[in-house]
Amino acid sequence: MTLPKTIRGRAWKFGANIDTDQIIPAKYAIYSLDEKELGKHAMEGVPGRDTWASQVAQGDIMVSGSNFGCGSSREIAPVAIRGAGISLVIADSFARIFFRNAINMGYPILQSPQAAEGVDEGDELEVDLEEGVIRNFTKGDEYRCDAFPPFMNELLRMGGLVPWVRKQLEERRRMSRTPG
Amino acid sequence: MGMTMTEKILARGAGRDGVRPGDLVLAKVDFAMGHDLTIPPTGRIMREQMGADKIWDPERVAVTQDHFQPAKDAASATLGRLTREFSRDMGIKWYFEVGQGGICHTVLPENGLVLPGELIVGADSHSCTYGALNNFATGIGSTDLACVFALGELWFRVPETLKFVYRNRLKEWVEAKDLILYVIGKIGVDGARSKAMEHTGEALRHIDMEARLTMTNMAIEAGAKNGIMEFDDVTRQYLEGRAKRPYTPVTSDPDAEYEKAFEFDAEAVELGVAKPMSPDNYAPLSEVAGTRLDQVFIGSCTNSRITDLRRAAAVLDGHKVAPGVRLIITPSSHQVAIQAEKEGLIGVFLASGAAWTTATCGACLGGHMGVLGEGEVCLSTTNRNFPGRMGHPKALVYLSNPAVAAASAVTGVISHPSEVLDHMPAAIR
Ligand code: SF4
Repeated sequence: MTLPKTIRGRAWKFGANIDTDQIIPAKYAIYSLDEKELGKHAMEGVPGRDTWASQVAQGDIMVSGSNFGCGSSREIAPVAIRGAGISLVIADSFARIFFRNAINMGYPILQSPQAAEGVDEGDELEVDLEEGVIRNFTKGDEYRCDAFPPFMNELLRMGGLVPWVRKQLEERRRMSRTPG
Repeated sequence: MGMTMTEKILARGAGRDGVRPGDLVLAKVDFAMGHDLTIPPTGRIMREQMGADKIWDPERVAVTQDHFQPAKDAASATLGRLTREFSRDMGIKWYFEVGQGGICHTVLPENGLVLPGELIVGADSHSCTYGALNNFATGIGSTDLACVFALGELWFRVPETLKFVYRNRLKEWVEAKDLILYVIGKIGVDGARSKAMEHTGEALRHIDMEARLTMTNMAIEAGAKNGIMEFDDVTRQYLEGRAKRPYTPVTSDPDAEYEKAFEFDAEAVELGVAKPMSPDNYAPLSEVAGTRLDQVFIGSCTNSRITDLRRAAAVLDGHKVAPGVRLIITPSSHQVAIQAEKEGLIGVFLASGAAWTTATCGACLGGHMGVLGEGEVCLSTTNRNFPGRMGHPKALVYLSNPAVAAASAVTGVISHPSEVLDHMPAAIR
């Protein structure tokens, strides 16, 4: 799965320090192999957002405050958000394991303090992943995103860590077959 | 230019002479861990998606059945079975069955599986715990762990290091838990985001390995990538007869660069708690004393090792749990349970009216055996109190050390342990 050049959608706004227990309460970890089921419960732990997942339209965009995804290492956190239909997560900043998990899944996330500040719920956004620009059609604003290091871009472009490991394994197998 | 301990371990893993903060490196892993919630997706990603059919080194992997085990329902029984089958098929050497292991972050150190100088990863955010043993240890996701299983390597961003210096010694009653809650209260839940927390100073030389593990356990609660401590006699003695491999300690160079240094006077730290709903919501105990409680939980990888249970038992001995309050005590490993039995601690707990459970994560993550209902108030020796962490999003969780938890179970309200016990015996302080 390769990423599209641009993503367009309506914004859902969340605050700072949204932790993984709010993104997907631990009790749903029993569905860790079922993305759609997880998606139904995404953000259920955020006060006042217990029915949020049922309102999301496929392709909507999430915009959040700082330290998004802090807490547990559960990879089902980005999986649940993707399962709910969110195409892209933008935050002021991300907690590191959430950040890793998303990149490893090939799921686009962007760090943009400007967007976290400027976007309101319901705004129509268009994100240009190649240029790293977020356009807000509702407000007529434009925000910049922080750039990723080249290796992370490569992972995102390839579709995550899985295809990267497949390539590494193929190379190792080829090396071990080469005589001498 | 000198390097910190964290930088040295990552440089060695990457096969480089030196690394700087911000570098992205591909590094060899010395030991890896997963459990019943993270192994099933890891196994599927590794075998079905990555196409790997074996683990790079099955002797360097541990798997525990701890989060929802013994199975709390049919779905978690499936996760337990997938975890068991994967461990068997892959020939994983350090597989810990229900009734034989316990919580990963207690089991790995007590079995000498995580050692000084090593690069360790675990598919669990509190894998940073192991850093008290002078290693680089960090939490990763399931796709990450599948990569490690397949290749024995993983990508890392070399973190900036923050240095925490603790002068003087902790006072009576004040434990490592109080110190780390105080520090997180000062710097906030993202105060060390993606960075290394290097703990040092006189106060640490006077606390034992279990107390040190409590501190590194909570590095993630400040957002840190890892928490790390120096190697000393306490480390050496702890590892004697335990270490399963030879090891080489690391030290930070005198000219190593730190992003920032913090200094704390350990003697000035008071007994404290984290109030709902965040681990950085610190308050001195005096501010919350008298808060009415529904449940007290002594458990988790943070504070349920044998020294924690000894202190809880010293407080509870000869007392009863207050009417209207339930006290649940969950040892963090099977070995801890065996030792508690030998020392007569379990008898003290049962006589006080506490519920004593098998070693498991249990109530800590709102899994089973102590899930909180709407509006309930709990004092817990665990590490997290975000909304919904232990059950209902409107339950209120306070975090404390085990002696405070035990005393509060006796009085029914948040209390200073000296209200129940005059002095903590010096031998178990
Ligand atoms: S005891 Fe709690 S914090 Fe520790 S590993 Fe288990 S769920 Fe995680």
